[in-house]
Amino acid sequence: MALRPYAAAKRTLGTFDKLLEVNWGLVLLIGIIASAGIAMLYSVAGGHWSPWALSQFSKFVLGFFIMIVAASIDVRVWMSLAYPAYGLALLLLVAVDVAGHVGLGAQRWIMLGPLELQPSELMKISLVLALARFLHGKSVEEVSKPLNLGIALVMIGVPALFVVIEPNLGTTLIIVMDGVSLLFLAGLSWYWIIPAVSAIVTAIPLAWRFVLHDYQKARVMTFLNPEADALGAGWNITQAKIAIGSGGLSGKGFLQGTQSRLNFLPEKQTDFIWTSLCEEFGFVGAVAMLVLFAAVIFYGVQIAMSARSQFARLLSMGITLNFFFYIMINGLMVMGLIPVVGIPMPLLSYGGTAMLTVMFGFGLLLSVHVHRQVEIPRHSGGII
Amino acid sequence: MPLFDKKDKSRYATFSRRSLAVGGGMALVFAVLGGRLYQLQIRDGDEYMTEAEDNRINERLLSPPRGRIFDRFGVELATNRRNYRVLLVAEQATDGVEAALDTIGKVIQLTDAQKKRVMTELAQNKKFVPVPVAENLTWEEFSRINLHLPYLPGVQPDVGETRDYPFGPEMVHVLGYVASVSEQELAHDDDPLMSLPGMRIGKRGIEKEFDKQLRGGAGASRVEVNAYGRVIRELGKDPGVPGQDVWISLDGELQRFADQRLSGESAACVVMDAASGDVLALSSTPGFDPNWFNVGVTGPQWRELATSDYKPLLNKAIAGTYPPGSTFKTAMALAAVDNGMDDLVVDCTGSIRLGDHTFYCDAWRIGGHGHVNLTRGIQVSCDICFYEVARRLGIDKMAEAAHALGLGSPTGIELPGELGGLIPTRAWKMARFGVPWQQGETLVSGIGQGYVLATPLQLCTLAARLATGKAVSPRLTHQVGAALQSHPPAASLPFSDKAFAMVRQGMGMAVNAPGGTAYGSRILQPGFEMAGKTGTAQVRRITREERQSGLTPQSELPWAQREHALFIAFAPLDNPRYAVSIVLEHGGNAHTEPQVQFARDILTFAQKRDTLGRPTAYPPINAAAAVPVTPATNGVQKVAKAGY
Repeated sequence: MALRPYAAAKRTLGTFDKLLEVNWGLVLLIGIIASAGIAMLYSVAGGHWSPWALSQFSKFVLGFFIMIVAASIDVRVWMSLAYPAYGLALLLLVAVDVAGHVGLGAQRWIMLGPLELQPSELMKISLVLALARFLHGKSVEEVSKPLNLGIALVMIGVPALFVVIEPNLGTTLIIVMDGVSLLFLAGLSWYWIIPAVSAIVTAIPLAWRFVLHDYQKARVMTFLNPEADALGAGWNITQAKIAIGSGGLSGKGFLQGTQSRLNFLPEKQTDFIWTSLCEEFGFVGAVAMLVLFAAVIFYGVQIAMSARSQFARLLSMGITLNFFFYIMINGLMVMGLIPVVGIPMPLLSYGGTAMLTVMFGFGLLLSVHVHRQVEIPRHSGGII
Repeated sequence: MPLFDKKDKSRYATFSRRSLAVGGGMALVFAVLGGRLYQLQIRDGDEYMTEAEDNRINERLLSPPRGRIFDRFGVELATNRRNYRVLLVAEQATDGVEAALDTIGKVIQLTDAQKKRVMTELAQNKKFVPVPVAENLTWEEFSRINLHLPYLPGVQPDVGETRDYPFGPEMVHVLGYVASVSEQELAHDDDPLMSLPGMRIGKRGIEKEFDKQLRGGAGASRVEVNAYGRVIRELGKDPGVPGQDVWISLDGELQRFADQRLSGESAACVVMDAASGDVLALSSTPGFDPNWFNVGVTGPQWRELATSDYKPLLNKAIAGTYPPGSTFKTAMALAAVDNGMDDLVVDCTGSIRLGDHTFYCDAWRIGGHGHVNLTRGIQVSCDICFYEVARRLGIDKMAEAAHALGLGSPTGIELPGELGGLIPTRAWKMARFGVPWQQGETLVSGIGQGYVLATPLQLCTLAARLATGKAVSPRLTHQVGAALQSHPPAASLPFSDKAFAMVRQGMGMAVNAPGGTAYGSRILQPGFEMAGKTGTAQVRRITREERQSGLTPQSELPWAQREHALFIAFAPLDNPRYAVSIVLEHGGNAHTEPQVQFARDILTFAQKRDTLGRPTAYPPINAAAAVPVTPATNGVQKVAKAGY
């Protein structure tokens, strides 16, 4: 099957051309952030490459490769693969619930050869792809039609349901937020948005009563009053705040973070890596890292704005927002502003699946950038 | 169909608008994150820094080595010994702790009770905390453990320190002992050392009297700990101030001899330098092994100590009060000479009557002592003579003389728990019983019976004062750390030289002249002769019927009803250097006078050994001043908070 000619550029790009087109500024930013993450993993292991830093480095290298490959694949190919990817992710998600590996009291992993795969991580990207694909063909008016809206909500709701029963509250939140943001960006009518927001506000007490697990409720309660359980569940929040606060303006220095090295920090290599960074590099280092994150997001938004098809726009915005939601939830959580939900800090936290999916996401983003001139008609369904 | 129609444009505009709104929202969230960082790190940074340091740093108290106790010749009487022990760390015991205990049990002896205690302690502590399995091992046992160490995972041989009393029970009443801190002691002493686990403090004797100095000052180790309390490294160390050594005036050899000589009896003995008051031996038998209390006394051991008729826990030399009996006559004779009775002659018929009461003399059965002057009165211990002395002196003058000679109030020796005995007066009796003084009581007091009570230490002081004519007071400590213990020089006594000469003559005759009460046990070796005065203290009243029907021999009475036998003495006769007092509880025997034999042997030993002639081995005072270790200068602050 032949690729359609590029409508605007009227030329096809070779692999080498595509590599030149890659937004290397963004790649550099990602590399810097990931390096900082590996350095932090080296530090929290007490100045050792094992068990985390080296493994993370190899994941990053693999991720980098995936990113570049993904970047050089035509965005229309990704459009064609959107629904199959969504289907596959959903299938895997069901599989975890059925035959999943039990870890941390929650069924989240599936062994795929040597790789521990978290289908919920895959699902975030797949959902963004599939929703962008679905909404690509819908005009502003069509998005708000009950049938279309209903289909979109089912696409969001089904995976969200499977993730929430894993149970994995954090990822569910991100999936829902990713999906809803895409609906919003696609032009969902305010006549839907306002009643929906009101409904959610009223639904929170009901969810508290019937949906949340005890440990999730406990986390919320602990968050609201950490001192009540300073040695139990409140320990995490208290120690995380101590770690961040004790960093002060310029931090304790690399490898000098006492809170992480002496194991006062919970999950220091995964969800709480941010606190170690704040402890060792202080306000200056943490703000610098926030600036790097913001720059990545800025690139992402810029790519979205310059893309010439609705699919590409929604895809890049969706991926950028997905990245942002990670940072937001993790940042707010470890700094004691929202209850503890298990969300890692992207590119910094230790974890293979998260690293690979985030890098794959960036690959899609870069693919949009490389193929920013590609125009896809509203009623066209990609290549396949 | 056009590629890019109106609807596309419309939704592109919407997308751009809404993307900008979303971007604004993201910027807002970043602002919140930055603001929170500012709040935590800049505004409250110092507070969190403190909390992080509190998390990380733990101050642990170190107990300084306890000061040692030396005798006058530099012999260690109380010291610190290496305590070889075996510790078990649960997390390192790869085959489980029970298996580890079984294996240890094959190398050294372990009782089931010990194993059970270890299991309990292991369960109570974190997995990395070493728990003692066995303590006070012999070198051989300890070597065996070390030899088998490769096959004993989790086992740690360890050398601690524990108090050791090399002479055990022989010196317990002087040295006292150390034992665990009681709750009450903890509440009354804010020394941070008191709350250290395994802390031992002085409970009796010198150990208690000078506990503060012997104890030293707490050191501290500043360690970094992780979240589970495991020590990661030491950041700083203040070794504290080691306890000060104490040098006492005792002659360890003489003390041991005296204690061995009295062993088997319930008795007390004090030997003193008559001139200086230095206590050379202070023995109270039976004693007990102070090392028991250090490691923890067992139930049966304690029951035996607490219930024995021989009262091993009581230091009879300072806290046993006895009627001084005829030894008191020496004091009465002294007062008599200075009150115009130097030429007193009494005709002893064996008894005198006062009112409707008859007072007997020991010699009543043979018709009395006949004509008796003061020296002969002392020699033969004539009661009739001293009834007359007492009658003429009156109780108040008697009390005055007794007080001048060191009776009736504590001597002030550096030992806790000293009692003052009792010298009755009219005022005392009125205040105590609300009844006036009776003349009969004056007479009984004159022979050291009735209300009169004295401790063996006071009696030894009496002997020293009679021997030297100076107000010698007993003293036990020579030096504490670098500080020489100040003892004021002995003042003179308000008695004439003539009075002292007469009393000494009487005491010399009592021992060395035929017919003297202690003649049978005199020291024969020329130059070592002693002078002394015997005494007996009735513990029950002898009724007229008994006296008529013949006294039951003391040896046939139940032990607890027999008389106490007393003796005070000094030697050598013509130039007294040693003063001694003996009290033998319920040991009365008029024929053999065992208490005199004890005194004879002890004084002979002391003179042959030449305790006072030997050079002492007290440290030179300048060298001693250099002993206290300078406190650590690494800036570690001492902490008042409890240890670990």
